Amino acid sequence: MKTDLKWHIRVNVKAAIARAYVRVVGTNREFSWIFFDTLLPLLGTAAYVYIYRAMDAPEEYVGFVLLGGAMTAYWMNVLWNMASNFYFERQGWNLELYFIAPISRMAILAGMAIGGMFMTTIRAGSLIVLGSLLFNVSFSVSSVPLVVLTFVLTLVALYGLGMLFSSLFLMYGREAWHTSNLLQEPVYLLTGFYFPVRALGFYIAIAASIIPLTLGMDAVRQLVFSHLHFGLLPVHVEIAGLGVLGVGLLYAAGVALERMERAAKKEGRLTLRWQ
Amino acid sequence: MSEAIITEQLRREFRVDKEGKRREAFVALDGVDLEVNRGEIFGLLGPNGAGKTTLIKILSTLLTPTSGRAVVGGFDVTSDPYSVRRIINMVSGGEHSGYGILTVRENLWLFSQLYGIPNRVALERIDRLMDIVGLSDRARTKVHKLSTGQRQKMNFIRGFISDPEILFLDEPTLGLDVETSRVIRKYIREWVDGRPDRTVLLTTHYMAEADQLCDRLAIVNQGRILACDTPSALKRRVGQDSVLEIDVSAQAGRLQDLSGLSAKRGVRRVAISSDGQGALTHKLSVIVDGDGAIPGVLEFLAQCGAIVTGFKKTEPTLEDVFLELVGRRLTGENGSQVAHKG
Repeated sequence: MKTDLKWHIRVNVKAAIARAYVRVVGTNREFSWIFFDTLLPLLGTAAYVYIYRAMDAPEEYVGFVLLGGAMTAYWMNVLWNMASNFYFERQGWNLELYFIAPISRMAILAGMAIGGMFMTTIRAGSLIVLGSLLFNVSFSVSSVPLVVLTFVLTLVALYGLGMLFSSLFLMYGREAWHTSNLLQEPVYLLTGFYFPVRALGFYIAIAASIIPLTLGMDAVRQLVFSHLHFGLLPVHVEIAGLGVLGVGLLYAAGVALERMERAAKKEGRLTLRWQ
Repeated sequence: MSEAIITEQLRREFRVDKEGKRREAFVALDGVDLEVNRGEIFGLLGPNGAGKTTLIKILSTLLTPTSGRAVVGGFDVTSDPYSVRRIINMVSGGEHSGYGILTVRENLWLFSQLYGIPNRVALERIDRLMDIVGLSDRARTKVHKLSTGQRQKMNFIRGFISDPEILFLDEPTLGLDVETSRVIRKYIREWVDGRPDRTVLLTTHYMAEADQLCDRLAIVNQGRILACDTPSALKRRVGQDSVLEIDVSAQAGRLQDLSGLSAKRGVRRVAISSDGQGALTHKLSVIVDGDGAIPGVLEFLAQCGAIVTGFKKTEPTLEDVFLELVGRRLTGENGSQVAHKG
């Protein structure tokens, strides 16, 4: 039994590493990401920077927007590579091979998440560095460990949401890219990518906090621009909220995957590529 | 337990969309009972839509049966799929799995990791298998640059990487050239003979492949198993009979007359295939009780105004077994017309 558990852990870790390898190595072989994922988002972010400057908004708002722009990369990664992952894997014949292997489906999604986080962090980091240099942004960080903790919790919760979506897209996403498109713009608005989320009104912002980016970005912004007072909730409350969201979404993803697999095997959706 | 695979009254239905919003049940498998012994290469032979792939998908835990039971390696596929997955692997002909951006070797390594194989062992196996199927020169080629045949070779290797106890091969030589198909068939045989507990369940369209490779065969049609035995025993079913391959030239309007051949004394089965509607030349496959029935057949054709342009008497093949059991040929299904006796 003990050997079985050891084998089980080993095979799942190996599977996750192998899946992450595809993402990391594969992406690095296509250098177009430098243009599409760094320079193009920088243009979008720059537009907001000039709007704030034209309005004579506090200079910190430039950094504020830059952080939002960097986090956009994570949301795009979660939508297009996590949530749609099983759907696209099925189209590419790989899903069957993952599902006949003696591994947890969470291992594949975890590998995808790790690979995605790694590559997206490089992109988001590049955007922040490049944007900071271009627009001369200065940060006043109150606590580096808290920023790191908030950022990590945000990513765990965010990718947990991606895992949850993954099983939903597999079952209901006849056209996964349409669903992804549908979720893209509303989330930009609801999470406050380019403005303090409190501007939406307290109750709407609280409701939007079901999306981990809302609390995550608000908390990071409060910690990075500590002298400004625009937060939705106190930072420690938002961090606690992110922790709860992370655990809850990962648990929900596990349950949803199990149920979806059972239903998909019953209806033949693991093997029918046109559905 | 000497059986690698057991199915009992296995049934699988699919709900399919019909006109309007109506959904109807399509029966892909209809009460399949099967026993595959350890150490054997077992073939499933049948036309498209016979249920072969559905059966493999159930046995490989990708589909649940609507009713009945399937046991693989002693584990129930429905209640204990995880244990089944540890001992199986599957290759489907014509599949396009893998990641185009990775090389052949990287893709194969990736799939080996899903079975927890240590890196060194996995890479040794990959190199050896690439050598066997002649893919070594493409080891560092990105998969999106491979030809269909090369991709199929890669998929074939993938199935063997985990050294499974039970391997499902769904049309493994589909799209491969003759020489590569020969090498692959030889490797399958050697792989099974190499260790007594290895088992292969193979589906194929190719009669020669089934005949050459399989220890036992099940002939499947419309979700049912019609016969199950060794290839030679199956052929003995029509062994006392003669199989006539006759090419005739006849006017299109006389085609219906030709099907009346099945009513002649001594004629057991007739299958007529034509190149298309209105064609003048037709190929007749006729199973007769013995050589004594041949003059009657030729006389009948002459009466129909058909001119015999080719005549061959052959030994029974699996194709003839299929014709005997199903009433039509497995190959050349298009343009076939069947005449049943009785």
